Amino acid sequence: MTRHLVAIRSISKTFGEFQALRQVSLDVSAGEVLCLIGASGSGKTTLLRCINQLTPVDSGGIWLDGELLGVREEGGRMHRLTERQIARQRLKTGMVFQRFNLFPHKTALENITEGPVQVQGRDRQEARSEAMELLRRVGLTAKADAYPSQLSGGQQQRVAIARALAMKPMLMLFDEPTSALDPELVGEVLSVMKELAQSGMTMMVVTHELGFAREVADRVVYMDHGAIVESGFSRDVLGAPREARTRAFLSAVI
Amino acid sequence: MSNATTLAVGFPDLSKMTVARQPHWRRWLAAAAILVTLAAIGRAFANGQIEWSYVSRFLTARVILEGIVNTMVMAVFAMALGIALGVVVAIMRLSPNPVLKSVAAGYTWLFRGTPLILQLLLWFNIALVFPTIGIPGLWSARAVDVMTPFLSALLGLGINQGAYTSEVMRAGMLSVDAGQYEAAKAIGMGRLRALRRIILPQAMRVVIPPLGNEFIGMVKATSLASVIQYPELLHSAENIYYANSRVIELLIVAGLWYLLVVSILTPLQMLLERRFARGFSQTGR
Repeated sequence: MTRHLVAIRSISKTFGEFQALRQVSLDVSAGEVLCLIGASGSGKTTLLRCINQLTPVDSGGIWLDGELLGVREEGGRMHRLTERQIARQRLKTGMVFQRFNLFPHKTALENITEGPVQVQGRDRQEARSEAMELLRRVGLTAKADAYPSQLSGGQQQRVAIARALAMKPMLMLFDEPTSALDPELVGEVLSVMKELAQSGMTMMVVTHELGFAREVADRVVYMDHGAIVESGFSRDVLGAPREARTRAFLSAVI
Repeated sequence: MSNATTLAVGFPDLSKMTVARQPHWRRWLAAAAILVTLAAIGRAFANGQIEWSYVSRFLTARVILEGIVNTMVMAVFAMALGIALGVVVAIMRLSPNPVLKSVAAGYTWLFRGTPLILQLLLWFNIALVFPTIGIPGLWSARAVDVMTPFLSALLGLGINQGAYTSEVMRAGMLSVDAGQYEAAKAIGMGRLRALRRIILPQAMRVVIPPLGNEFIGMVKATSLASVIQYPELLHSAENIYYANSRVIELLIVAGLWYLLVVSILTPLQMLLERRFARGFSQTGR
């Protein structure tokens, strides 16, 4: 068994009255592709956002590559890390958003080089040539100088994937990457993600694309009401679910 | 019924007709009435007790030209100070830190809550409160020497402007989608870097029209500095009419210069807007 890249231990999160996560624990091994499925409000997006600390957890802990995220333990208590330390920890994860969130005032190429040049302080020329290589990988070499408003949704999302990859993360998080796309544009994004999965990247994908989960995911986790109901190999969870709630969800979606 | 122009019985065939132009008689009538009124006002001023030869003579007098230069210098520097303060205060206002938040809110409250002319007089007369100012042991000077009309006007106008500009900047920053902060954080940016690289450039697109408005207001607000002897345009015009009693003529001279400057600023603002619309213009939004 490969070692766990991500270890999540009984994390909880409440937004006002709404309990988004209830004592969730989950391990992800290096190189694994894990799909999180479930109805909206089931906590899968919150789980993802907790991992790169866009949402801080109320209790519990998340370890990435052996490092406790967002807090440190000292004298029997937890202390929140400074913003700078959290920003440094975030460099290990790449995030792809449902609504792309490309920087509209920057070209596709500038979107990709922004992090490496401004945050990591890398050489501008080197960052540019790496960005061009990433654009080639997502099939958008010709769009390097296009602004996001000149790109289709599918193209924007592929640039967003390249932007996240440019930081050389060890874990990629995808938050419903195809949900905001017109149906005919979903395929191009999924094929980029599939290629990424085959290259050995560790990925956590919140998705409603069960076909993608079946084909690409090593493991599928079904969540409901802030808790993990069932998890296992994708063919088992999707093909022969054990839990009644999973069966109900799957029959409603398909 | 396969032919599209074939009509059901009882409907007229409109396919060959075009829509006629509307005559708009009332618009023509209104325009004529306005022109007549303007002509009457113009005639009244031409025949009124105004010596137009004084207007044309003093329009390019040296003192007036120096006045307009001083006005523009003050407007540019005070606006620069106002924008710098406004950005800092807006960032403080939106910070999660309650101390910074309160300081920013207090600043806006104080300087927006009192008349500008009062603030100018206070700065100019600050020597009555602090006869000497300085850093103990390092440097000190008499406040009357330091608080020249220029410095008093700059501080008064700039700090007051900062209070208004901070609200404009805050509105601009709030107009940027929350997803942009998250995307910036996700590539490892801290708050200040995200503001500088991602949020403020996008906020500029929204704030330039109101800031242009504020700058035009500033050009005219510099005339208040005449009360503290800063030699700007209105002050120069006043000095001339104290000597020659051509009050209306000199006020018209000053008014024409203000109008000219503001007329030049408007197209400049449009150029700036285009610059900051990068990446947004293509969609025609």
